[in-house]
Amino acid sequence: MINGISINYYLLLSAVLFIIGAVGVMARRNSIIIFMCIELMLNAVNLLLVSFSTLHNDASGQVFVFFIMAVAAAEVAVGLAILSMIYRNVKTIDTDVLSNLKN
Amino acid sequence: MKGLLIISGLGILAMLAEIFKFKKLLFPMVLLGIVAAYAFNFMEWKTGMSIPYFDNMIGFDKLGLAFSGIILATAFFWFILANDYFEEDTNLVDHFALVLFALVGALMLTSFKNMTTLFLGVEIMSIPLYVLAASKKNDIKSNEAGFKYLIMGSFASGFLLFGIALIYGATGSFDLMQIRAFISENAATLPLFFYVGVVFMLIAMLFKVSAAPFHFWAPDVYQGSPTLITALMSTVVKTAAFAAFMRLFMVGFAEVSSTWTGILAGAVALSLVIANFSAAMQSNVKRMLAYSSISHAAFMLMVILANVRSNLSVNALIYYSLAYSLGSIAAFGVLYNVTKKGNENIDAFNGLAKRNPSLALCMAVAMLSLAGIPITSGFFAKYFVFTAMIGTQYKWLLIVAVLTSAVGVYYYLKVVIAMYFKKQETEEPIQIERSNILVIVLTTAATIAIGVVPGIVAEMFKF
Repeated sequence: MINGISINYYLLLSAVLFIIGAVGVMARRNSIIIFMCIELMLNAVNLLLVSFSTLHNDASGQVFVFFIMAVAAAEVAVGLAILSMIYRNVKTIDTDVLSNLKN
Repeated sequence: MKGLLIISGLGILAMLAEIFKFKKLLFPMVLLGIVAAYAFNFMEWKTGMSIPYFDNMIGFDKLGLAFSGIILATAFFWFILANDYFEEDTNLVDHFALVLFALVGALMLTSFKNMTTLFLGVEIMSIPLYVLAASKKNDIKSNEAGFKYLIMGSFASGFLLFGIALIYGATGSFDLMQIRAFISENAATLPLFFYVGVVFMLIAMLFKVSAAPFHFWAPDVYQGSPTLITALMSTVVKTAAFAAFMRLFMVGFAEVSSTWTGILAGAVALSLVIANFSAAMQSNVKRMLAYSSISHAAFMLMVILANVRSNLSVNALIYYSLAYSLGSIAAFGVLYNVTKKGNENIDAFNGLAKRNPSLALCMAVAMLSLAGIPITSGFFAKYFVFTAMIGTQYKWLLIVAVLTSAVGVYYYLKVVIAMYFKKQETEEPIQIERSNILVIVLTTAATIAIGVVPGIVAEMFKF
């Protein structure tokens, strides 16, 4: 129980957010939206970690969240750099154009 | 630990090289640094003491040091192979720094003691590789490889983190040994979401080692990346991912093995079948080697499956990583030199035996080793895996493995046949750099050497 709300609700909320993110990554075609969905997945994890950290009265969960934030920022920076490179080459960021690799 | 610090220092040094203008000195410095890291690594391995660092977040025990040794040795060969690749690019120092930081992540993965270091190790290793995969800026194929690698890598990281969060929720700790202790004390009262967490982490790790059904990114990424980066991905990254996989599941989750061994066995069987049959249909050699690396991943996963009850055959995994890394470095070294003109299809190898006999011989040995033909190390690597599997309940996997290996022999020999029996219009000899010849010959010789004395090598890594 955190502030009178059962931990299961926190778990449910972050699971729903995570699934929305995961489905988004698989279903969407726009690269920027795919990045947003990955961010959503990571933020679902952050929410879960923070609520478990409060539940256990243990700060290490919240420290872990900082690591995730830092890494997510680095990942998106690299991702956007690659995207702008793709845009320069093919003038679109739709993932449908990315099918040059086959046998 | 000293090895990790030296490599990190080298990475920072590489970034400073541009500013302080010692670009020319950088290459010998990196090679020396890796040798020094290897020497310290070896000394720590000799004394056999595991000192925990950073509040027991990382600690190089004998197992971690053995894997670190393989990674450092492979990296050393890789850097010599890659010296001219670096020279033709203007951003030389950036490439050095990126590869070195990826190496830092790989070393962290061999010896993590905490979920934090596992996550950071995975990311420190992966993020530089996303950039390196996309490093041919004007080549859309390379861009695509980098993009796919990035999306799939961060997708897998999401699963890894969700698993970590769920396990933290159930056990209240990120420490691997504390999680293990908690599991064995409270085995009956673990909540359902703990098991979901274990399965999520398994899925994420299967992504990282590119085992079926989570392998689909690997052929594309391997094909699109510059050949030398592919070599790095299929040796250093693979070894590190397996070291992490083994530590996580054999140390952390050994007590709940019934939750994950079934899924793992399924993944192994699926990888063996899909990888070998797909590889047989490829005409692009790089893509074929990507599928071959998936089938090798399945073999290494079999060791983890076999070791659930006892840790007796950890050396089988170390031997396999060593044999596979050496064989791959030799194969990719030849591939890099043969495909320099851009044709990556199998007909690029036609008549290689006439154009450069020693290169063809080395490629043939590497292919035989990867296929698992006797007196090369690949044969004994597979042999050790099979002996580890006998006596477990997964004997049926052995049958699948033997049958699919027969398919494997077909596509490895396809390359050998192209080199020795097919004709090429041009008979001009292929010129390769002396440093590249050195690496290819050395790794080929090592492939045979550790195949001739497999007992001694395997005994060395016995725990």
